[in-house]
Parts: sequence; structure tokens; C-alpha cells
Amino acid sequence: MTLAAGFEAAAAPPGLNAAGLAADERAERRMLLLLCSPGMLIALVILFLPIGWLFWFSVIDQAGSFTTENYARIWREGAYVAIFLTTFEVSLLVTAVCVLLGYPLAYCLSQLSARAAGVLLLGVVVPFWTSLLVRTYAWLVLLQRKGLVNDLLIGLGVLDRPAMLSYNTLGVTIGMTHIMLPFLVLPLYVSMRAIDPTLMKAAASLGGRPAAVFRDVFFPLSLPGLVAGLVLTFILCLGFYITPAILGGGRVQFIAQRIYASVNLFPTWGPASALGVVLLVLTITVLLLAQALLKRWRRRFG
Amino acid sequence: MSVNGRGETRAVPPGAALPVEVTRLCKSYGRAKAIDDVSLSIRPGEFVTLLGPSGSGKTTLLMTIAGFARPDSGSIRIGDSEIVRMPPHLRNIGVVFQNYALFPHMTVAGNIAYPLKLRRLPRPEVARWVAAALDLAQLPGLGERRIDEISGGQRQRVALARALVFEPRILLMDEPLSALDKHLREEMQIEIRRLHRQLGTTTIAVTHDQREAITMSDRVAILHQGRIMQFDTPRAIYERPASRFVAEFIGESCFLPVEVSMGKPCYGGRPLKLATGPIVGGRGLLLLRPERLCLVGDGDAGAEVNCFHGRIAQAVFQGESVLLTVTLDSGDRLRARLPNRRLANGVCLDEGAAISLGLHAEDAILLPGEAP
Repeated sequence: MTLAAGFEAAAAPPGLNAAGLAADERAERRMLLLLCSPGMLIALVILFLPIGWLFWFSVIDQAGSFTTENYARIWREGAYVAIFLTTFEVSLLVTAVCVLLGYPLAYCLSQLSARAAGVLLLGVVVPFWTSLLVRTYAWLVLLQRKGLVNDLLIGLGVLDRPAMLSYNTLGVTIGMTHIMLPFLVLPLYVSMRAIDPTLMKAAASLGGRPAAVFRDVFFPLSLPGLVAGLVLTFILCLGFYITPAILGGGRVQFIAQRIYASVNLFPTWGPASALGVVLLVLTITVLLLAQALLKRWRRRFG
Repeated sequence: MSVNGRGETRAVPPGAALPVEVTRLCKSYGRAKAIDDVSLSIRPGEFVTLLGPSGSGKTTLLMTIAGFARPDSGSIRIGDSEIVRMPPHLRNIGVVFQNYALFPHMTVAGNIAYPLKLRRLPRPEVARWVAAALDLAQLPGLGERRIDEISGGQRQRVALARALVFEPRILLMDEPLSALDKHLREEMQIEIRRLHRQLGTTTIAVTHDQREAITMSDRVAILHQGRIMQFDTPRAIYERPASRFVAEFIGESCFLPVEVSMGKPCYGGRPLKLATGPIVGGRGLLLLRPERLCLVGDGDAGAEVNCFHGRIAQAVFQGESVLLTVTLDSGDRLRARLPNRRLANGVCLDEGAAISLGLHAEDAILLPGEAP
């Protein structure tokens, strides 16, 4: 009767069952590691290996020896720097417009009943189900010189000749904003929904006008969702290819377009790889900056 | 009324608590009447609890006073001012919410300072008032803590301090203690009582816990289906409930059917001994509080004691008392709570034993009967 023996506390030695319990703990950890291993393996194969490979390609030349020429070329030629700048500028602009349009939209949705918001959210998500290419061409139809928008504005007498709405930064910004808006609205909406509405009531009972309640309570609590949506939008913008290619008409160059051109232009993968690596490093830098900024904000509000 | 004894911008001068007058208030949601023609007169400095089961309209009533629900008709006055159409942020009412609704992105001190900042108090003033409020709520040294770093009881104190620091005209509390465990709840009941005594602010609380209502309040309003069933002191409600609903809601209760024959209330054909009690037409209910029943030996019942004979159906030992379920000879059931002390010779509390219970005329309460 081991059970009965266990109750005779005085007779039992200290550290009862310690070795067995420690072995159980180790076995559990091994098991957890085993359970995680498929995921870690997939991450290794589809994430770390290709990026490592990309990096490797960017530092070897045609003969297979080490070179920094690919990176030096990016730095030397002003065209590359200009393209990077354009990419970041337009992405920043698109993100800013998305915030200006998306924040009020997400706010309205978050204040509606769950059912009404669900129906309206469908309107935000449905464009996702249409091909990116189709949507971009649709914008071209709307925005080109003899497009619907120009025809309408001239017909109404607002303009007397067609405005340049496409084949420039404006067109790219309009098209990309339309495509990126859901990426900002969805995380923002979720985080706004999670804000306890009694907090706003509490702030009102303490004497806060509606504007003050928004400024002091709702807005700070929506910031984490805003930053998440903002970072997502910005980073996705950096890699855009189709929309700037079509709506920019060659006048607005993104890095992705340059990478495509490099693949065709040079005999090796090196130059294109180097561009990819630089974009990756810059993107990670932006992410880290955003994180640091968020931490500082938190400290100030906290 | 004074939190820390300063007084330029205060809304209420020290010691001048305000009366609250709710008149003919109605509020419907669709067809359901959440508040059905409620009038309530609360005296300056009083602590009133709205007590009722869920769905009785108590929270809706509190929220209309706070300004978060718009009534269909009626009037709410605090002191001399009509507030029924005033937006909540102008009402100057402190509210403690059920989940405290503390701002998670502010510290304890930040939460308490918020209403003062909204009132544009100069910074040193804010610091002084916050320090005084922390002191009053017995939260020493917790000012810089984040809300998620403090315990449930401490959050309750912060919520109270925040609702009181700006010297509101009145204080409202929505189920203030429901999130706390039993031990803390009892501690906070006494704490809230102390704060109320010290500040004298007219306070209206909502609860579904009768003990909480009885412990904290000067008067209790019992709500049922949007109406006030009774509004009186806890003792008066306990000893003279107006209806079966009220009697069941406050304290333990058993009922026996009473018939009135020849102007005398009778149970089982025998006239009841009552100290007072209105003679109701036709039928009534006798309310028996289990703790008011006592054991009666053979023949020692006094002239003023009603006797009930039966058998013990169940006896539950509860520490300080024994709870008996007794089936009377008439078939009705009674519960009796007997203090746990040495019993007289020959009395047996085993299940199935015969027992005689006595109820003093003073403790017999006759209620109007219900339609069968």
C-alpha cells in the first residue's frame, strides 16, 4: 500500500519522489520540443534558407568569388538611391492617406452594433477577393486621360481639360491606397472593438466632453492597433510591383520594378539579390524604429 | 464633504450634501418597461441602495441618473437643479462602475488626477488633491503603480477615490463589490460605509446582494419589474415587509396560508396570535422567519406563542446553527434555524422525530394573500 505509506509523513524521507518528478519535467520539455519541431523546420526551410541564399547570391560574382560590387553599385549610382527614396516616399504617403481614411472608418465601424459592423466590414474585405491586377486596371480606366473621372469632371464643367490623374505619383497613391486600406482598417477595427465602452462612460462621468474623452481615453487605447495596421501597410507598400508599374506608367519606379529589371539586365542574380537584401534590411530597420517609438509612447502614457 | 480642506472651485460647500428627487420616471425598451413610473425621494447625505433581482430595472435607474440612459419621461433633480436633459459630463456625478472602468493606460495617480485635469486645476493643486484622495482611500504609496499591477480590492479603492476626488454632487455605485471575493467584499462594505460617514455625500448604490444592501444603506429600495416595491430602512423592510416578494428578497422566509374567518386570521382552523396586523379580507399569508422559531416543550408555550407541530424532514448542521426542515401535520413545510446549543432533555433533532415549534405573536407577520 504505497498510498497509505505516503501518509506516514514522519517515516518518509525528505525529497520524496524528487528524482522521478524531475525526470517527468525533462520528459515534458523534450515532448514540447518535439511538438514544435515541424514548425521550426518549416520556418527554417521556407524562411531562413532562402534569405540566406539571397544574401549569398548578393556577395558572389560570376566567377564565384567574394565581391561587394553589387552593393557598391547601388550606392554609386544615383538612380538606385532615387528609386529607394521614391519607394519609401510613396509608401509613406499611401500609409498616411490610409490612416486619414481608415481611422475614421474603423472608428465608425467600432461604434456600430456587431451585426451592422459585420455587414459593413464585408464591404471592406470584398475587394480582397478580386485580383490585384483587375483592380489596378479598373483604376486606370477611371483615372486615365479620357477616363471616367476626367469625363465626369469636364462634363460638370469643373475642369476644361483632362487632369493628370494617372501615370504619376497621384495615380499610384490612389490605387495603392484602395488596395492597402483593409490592411489598416482590420487590425485597427479589432483593437478598437476591444476597448471597453464603460471606460468612455467613466471618462464622461468624470467631466470629459466627448472630444476630451476621445483624446484622453479612446485614442491612446487605439494606438497599439493603429501602429500594427500602420506598420503592416507600410511594409506591404514597400514591396509593391503591379500597381506602381501600371498606374505609374514607368514614371514612378518602385524597388520591386528595379529588381525585376536587374534580373533581366544582368547575367547573374547578384545585383537583384543585393537590392532585395537592402530592402529587407531597410524594412527591418523601420520595424525596429516603430517598436522603439511605441515603447516610448507607452512610457509617456503609462 | 471635504476631501482635503481647500475650497475655491468646489461645487458643493462642505457639509452641504444634496437631496435627490426622482419623479415619475419611465423608460421602456421596446415593449418591456425597464422603469415603470418610479418616484424616489432621497434625503441629503443619505446612503440608498437599489436592491432587486436581475432585470428589475435597478441598473437602468442608476444609469438614467448618471445620464447614460435617456428616460422616456419623468424628472430627476439634484438639489435645486433638474438634470434629466443634461449630458453626463456636465452632471458632476461620481460613478463607480461594476468593473471599475479604470483607465489601463494611466497610473493609479493618473486615474485619480484625470477629473481634476479636466477641470483645469493647476498642477500643484492636482498633486495635492490626488495625495489626499490616495490617503483617504488608504492607498499609501500606490500612486505610480499601473492598474494591472494592483489587486482587486485596491482597484475598488482607486475607483472610489477617482469618483470622489472632484467632489461630485452625488455618488453612484453600480454593483460596486460584485467582482470581489467574500472576505474582501465584507471589508469593503465597511470601508464604503466609513467613507460615506466621513464625506457625507449622498450616495445611491445598486446591488442584488441583500446582505450588502442591509450592511451599507440608510434606506433600501426594493425593485421588481421596474417598480419600487418598498422603500424603507433595512430593519423596517425586514420586520414589516410589504409583500411576499419583499419578504423573500430580504432574509430567509417561510409562508403559511392564512384564512380569515369571523374577522380572525386562522391557520388550519386555529386562530393565530398576532401582535398587530391588518385583518385582510378572505386570505393572507403568515410570514415566518426561520431564526424566529423556537423549540417548544410540551405545554410550556406561553399565551403569546403560536405552536406548530410536525416532524423533522431534514436537519442540516451549519456550525453556529442547525437548519431544520419540518413537515407540519397539515402537510405544509417550514424551515427553522435553531441556535447550536445544548438541547433540553429528551429533545431530539434527528430526522423523522416529532417536534413542536413556537412563534411569538410579535414575530408573526401577516401579509396580504396572493390571488390563487
